Amino acid sequence: MKAVITVLGKDNVGIMAKVANACAERNLNILEVTQSVLQDLFAMIMLVEFEKDKAPSFEELGRDFDALGEKIGTKIHIMHEDIFNSMHKI
Amino acid sequence: MLETKDILETINMIDNEHLDVRTVTMGISLLDCIDSDIDKACDKVYDKICRYAHDLVPTAEGIEKEYGIPIINKRIAVTPIAMIGAACQNKNLIKFAHTLDRAADTLGVNFIGGYSALVQKGFAAGDYALIESIPQALAETNHVCSSVNIGSTKAGINMDAVKMMGPIVLKAAELTKDNNCAGASKLVIFCNAPEDNPFMAGAFHGVGEADCVINVGVSGPGVVRAALSKLDNKADLTAVADMVKKTAFKITRMGQLVAQEASKRLCVPFGIVDLSLAPTPAVGDSVAHILEEMGLEICGCHGTTAALALLNDAVKKGGVMASSHVGGLSGAFIPVSEDAGMIAAAEQGAIDITKLEAMTAVCSVGLDMIVVPGDTPAEVISAIIADEAAIGMVNTKTTAVRLIPAIGRKDDECLDFGGLFGYSPIMPLRKGSPEIFINRGGRIPAPLQALKN
Repeated sequence: MKAVITVLGKDNVGIMAKVANACAERNLNILEVTQSVLQDLFAMIMLVEFEKDKAPSFEELGRDFDALGEKIGTKIHIMHEDIFNSMHKI
Repeated sequence: MLETKDILETINMIDNEHLDVRTVTMGISLLDCIDSDIDKACDKVYDKICRYAHDLVPTAEGIEKEYGIPIINKRIAVTPIAMIGAACQNKNLIKFAHTLDRAADTLGVNFIGGYSALVQKGFAAGDYALIESIPQALAETNHVCSSVNIGSTKAGINMDAVKMMGPIVLKAAELTKDNNCAGASKLVIFCNAPEDNPFMAGAFHGVGEADCVINVGVSGPGVVRAALSKLDNKADLTAVADMVKKTAFKITRMGQLVAQEASKRLCVPFGIVDLSLAPTPAVGDSVAHILEEMGLEICGCHGTTAALALLNDAVKKGGVMASSHVGGLSGAFIPVSEDAGMIAAAEQGAIDITKLEAMTAVCSVGLDMIVVPGDTPAEVISAIIADEAAIGMVNTKTTAVRLIPAIGRKDDECLDFGGLFGYSPIMPLRKGSPEIFINRGGRIPAPLQALKN
C-alpha cells in the first residue's frame, strides 16, 4: 500500500534525513520525494510504499510521526494516497 | 502522479478549513424485531443493533487514522419505532427509547435516530402512543433522536398531526427546562422526510431500505468559503457558482471514498452520500459566512435568499458527479444556533423568522435550531410547522422544523446547548393568533404537483 507523508514547518538542518531515517526504521520504502523551501517554510512530500504486515499500522505511524514532527518543529502527516487520488482525479 | 499543490490543498483543507466527514450513519431495519410482547421486542432490538453496529465506531476510527480525515460523528438510524411498537399489546413505547439509548451507550455512538412516526396521511396503530411519549423519551435518554413526518407532496399535510405537535414540542422543552430545553433540540418535524438521511436529529431508516446500510454525510462550509475568498470582488456569479461546484466535487469525493471504505470493512452495503454543507458553531465553519463571502454585508440582508439558492444548487451540481449514489437531505443547512454567522446575524437582529422561512424555500432543510419565546402558544408552534410543511409540500422538497421554546427564560436571554448544537438568542415571532385555523384539524389536500402520473 502507498501513503503520502507531508512535512510542513520551519526549515532546519536535517529534516529530510530524520524523516527518511524514521521511514527506514519502520520498513517504509520511499518512492518519490519533492521538497521546497519558500522563504522560511519547509514543505516536503514523500510517497512511500509498505506491506501491511511488515510495517506498523497507520495508527502507530501517525503517532510516531506526530512525535517526530513535534521534536523537529514541523507538522508531519501520513495519509493513504487514495484520499488525494479521489479528491483530485476524476 | 500526485501534484504537490493538490496534496498541500487537501492538507490545508483539513488543518485550517474544517474539512471533515460529518457523520457515518449505519441504518438498521428493525422490522424483524416486531413482537407482541414489548419486552421481547426490546431485547430483539437491542441485540440486533449491537450485533450489526458492533464494529461501527472502531471501523470509522480506523478509516479516520488511515486517511487522515476527521470523522466527527458515528451514528445509527433505525426503522421508525412507531411501526415496531404497533404490534405490541403494551403501548408503553418509552421502553424502546430506553433500549435504543442503552444500545447507543454500549456501542459508543453519539446519537441514535428513529424514535419516529410517519403520519403524513393519517395515524396507524402505534403512532399516537409514540408521538405522545416523545417528550418523556427525549427527557429520559441522552442519545435518542426523534422525528415525525406530518406531510408530503403526495399525501398533503396531516393537520391533526400538526395540531398535536405544537404541544409536544412545548412539552419536550418543558421537561428539559433545567437542561437548556434540550429535549426539543432532538425532535424534528418533517414534510417529505427522506428515508436515508444520515444527519441527526431527523435520521431514521426507511421501510424501503435494505436490512442494513451505510450512509455518509459530508461537510465543509469552511472549505467553500476559503475557496470563494480567493475570487476577487469583481468575479461574476457564474464564476462564484463554478468555484462552489469544484469545491463541492472534492469534498464529496472524499465522502464517497470514506463511504465505500466503511461499507467494505463493515461488509454492509453502501447507501448514499448526503451532499450537505453542515455548519458547526466553530469559527470558520459557517454557511452564513459563505453567503457573506459572496458579497452580503450580513446574512439575512436582502439578497440572502438568492445567494443561498445559488450556493445550494452549486453544491448539488458539484457533488452529484462525485458520488455514485446521492441522497438524504443534500443541500446547505441553515441551523441558527449551530452556525457562528447565523448566531451573529440573529444577535444583531439581521435575521428573523420570516427571512429564515423564505430561505428554507431554496435550501435544505428548514427552520432549524431556532430558539423561540418560552410562552409561545402551542397553536403558534403548530402554525409555524404548517407554514414550513406547506413550503415543502408545494415545492416537492424536504422541509423540517426544529424549534426550541426557551421555557422560563426572559426575551433577552439565550440558550446555550454546548458542543455542535451551539447557542442562540431568543427569536421573536409574528403577532396574531392562528388558533381557529389550527384547531380545525383535518388534512390539507395534496397539491396538483402530486398528480404526475
